[in-house]
Amino acid sequence: MRAVQILVDGSAISSLYGLAAVGFTLIFGVSGVLNLAHGGIMVVAALIGWAAAGELGLGTYVGTLIGVLAGLTTAYATYFILVRPIQRSRAIRPEETEIFVLTGTLLWGIMIQVGMAYLFSDNPVTIRPLIPGVVNILGVRTPTNEVMIVVVAWAIIGLLWLLVNRTRTGKALLGASMNPRGVTLLGYELNQLYLVAWTIYGILAGIAGVLLASFLGVSTANTGQLTASAFSIVVLGGLGSVSGSLIAAYVVGYLETMTAYLIAPTLRPIPSLILLVLVVYVRPQGLLGRR
Amino acid sequence: MHSMIGAARSWLATGAVLAIACVPFGALAQSSEPIKIGVIGEESSVAGASLTKAAALAADDINAKGGINGRKVEVITYDDHSSAADAVRAFQRAVSQDKVVAVIGSYISEVVLAIEPWSARLHVPLITPGAASNLISKAVHDDYDHYKYTFHGWLTSAFIAQAICDYTHELLVEPLHMKTAVVMSEDAAWTTPLDERYLECLPKAGLKVLDHIRFNPDTADFTPIFHQIEDKHPDVIMTGISHVGVQPTVQWHDQEVPMPMVGQSSQATTSTFWKDTNGAAEGVITGTAAAPDVALTPVTIPFAEAYVKKYGVTPAYDGYSAYDMVFVIAEAIERAGGSTDPDKLVTALEATDHVGAIGRVQFYGRDNLFTHALKYGPDLVPTIAIQWQSGKQVCVYPTSICKGKLGFPSFVKTPS
Repeated sequence: MRAVQILVDGSAISSLYGLAAVGFTLIFGVSGVLNLAHGGIMVVAALIGWAAAGELGLGTYVGTLIGVLAGLTTAYATYFILVRPIQRSRAIRPEETEIFVLTGTLLWGIMIQVGMAYLFSDNPVTIRPLIPGVVNILGVRTPTNEVMIVVVAWAIIGLLWLLVNRTRTGKALLGASMNPRGVTLLGYELNQLYLVAWTIYGILAGIAGVLLASFLGVSTANTGQLTASAFSIVVLGGLGSVSGSLIAAYVVGYLETMTAYLIAPTLRPIPSLILLVLVVYVRPQGLLGRR
Repeated sequence: MHSMIGAARSWLATGAVLAIACVPFGALAQSSEPIKIGVIGEESSVAGASLTKAAALAADDINAKGGINGRKVEVITYDDHSSAADAVRAFQRAVSQDKVVAVIGSYISEVVLAIEPWSARLHVPLITPGAASNLISKAVHDDYDHYKYTFHGWLTSAFIAQAICDYTHELLVEPLHMKTAVVMSEDAAWTTPLDERYLECLPKAGLKVLDHIRFNPDTADFTPIFHQIEDKHPDVIMTGISHVGVQPTVQWHDQEVPMPMVGQSSQATTSTFWKDTNGAAEGVITGTAAAPDVALTPVTIPFAEAYVKKYGVTPAYDGYSAYDMVFVIAEAIERAGGSTDPDKLVTALEATDHVGAIGRVQFYGRDNLFTHALKYGPDLVPTIAIQWQSGKQVCVYPTSICKGKLGFPSFVKTPS
């Protein structure tokens, strides 16, 4: 019984972690950007979605859509206001660009957090589930919403796979993550590919934020934690590796769930952090990392 | 540039002359100066924002009636961002820079325990309107000469737990034949004494405690906790939650956990809780200071109405007490003959007997274990229990003044 509970409960949180981390690792792979404002983007999507659905009375579906758009807009803002000017700045030496992007996005994430807390308070908000009710899975009473989250997350990841492997733009994206110079030699504009990556990222982070709000609830106080969990999943999976991130998302999700069930709910995040430290020691490139 | 400096000098000179000229009138000038009270809250949290808003409202009400001996009350607010370090800085600033005569501060026990020694060091009265840890008044009891400047303007955890045991006996054990409970509390300073008293008084109230779960206030996914509770098949979940609230409530509702959530859920004491949970709060029972529609005293309803009119939401539990504590300080200054000397103020505060929004406010004396804590009792400060029903906080206890009947969402199974 306990095993089934862990299996069922872990799957929703793991697929959400996966969804959030895939975009994060994608923009790192393509443009070398570690976006530490990641949690902020998810929080914006969740809060705007909540406000649109509840406060403005537009309902769950419209609210969800507006939330995802808000996430995308924030991702664009991160790219155009922050990341691109730093990347293009002549005042910053090329070898220091990544550090500046890292610091810049970290500060940007804090600004988002404080700004959203000012507008919405740091109280957690929840979006009404898209599908209410519960279903019985092997004797475990599970909210239908959780089942939907797993399905939606995997459908989106599937679409992403098709996009990357079956379309020209997707293949160019993949190419850019392997050899940016090669892709430019083939006549692709890197800036356009960056924009595509950020668009995909914004949509994925937005969806993850809104789904998280309908599943567990989201507060501005979670911003740092959301960034940290995506960051550790991506490091664990191997920076830039999409499939590595997916596997790592499940490792972390299930490790957390097992800790909560078998040891104590208080210790939930600890074992995955220990695992992360071990990976950094033993296999710094991560599970499926290339470098 | 020279002429500007020259001008500044001549202004300074004029100021000096004026200052000297004013000396004989100094005493007169002081008596019309406002009396400043510092209020440390946290604007981005529901309870933290409520206490500063309610204190501002109290100052307005006192000033509308002519102030304290003709002097106006001025509330200066600070935001501690839930951080003990920020709260200590705010307290120091309030005292040394803004010259407040007393501070009303914070609803978080950890924060209050951090500023309590500063109240002792700087000899400035501190009243917390919302923290609950027993340790706050224990410090006053153990080292009265140093810590006498701190007053506990909200019920201690021990009394909160006792009140909950009292109302669960009357609401759940007797009519609904509930026999077992699991205690589920966030790991925080205020819940340590709360849980101790729960484990002691719940069996006496007729509820056998099957399990005792403490969880990290950072917990986002409560599913494993609810499953663990359900495995024990209790009749009721006894909560001790304040830092968290929305998330466990929503997940309890979405997962259709079949036992009611009852106890202390501080976030559920304010009206925004319904919106924040999208109505998942339906059926949740919590203890609180007062409900907007229950005439605990003649002050309660007018205050709640004025608060809603001004701010658009109902006060959180500590809003009611923060409102009262401004009056308590004002009346103490009046009793002290207008003096704001800290030691005289402490003596005057100890003589407090104020009928406010939360009941009749008195503090325990030096000999009581809970020195300077609010006296708890049906004729003093009682706890009332409210249940969320269709978007409204319905008062369900004490049954002598509350007419509401219990009702639970359909997924909750009660033994009867």
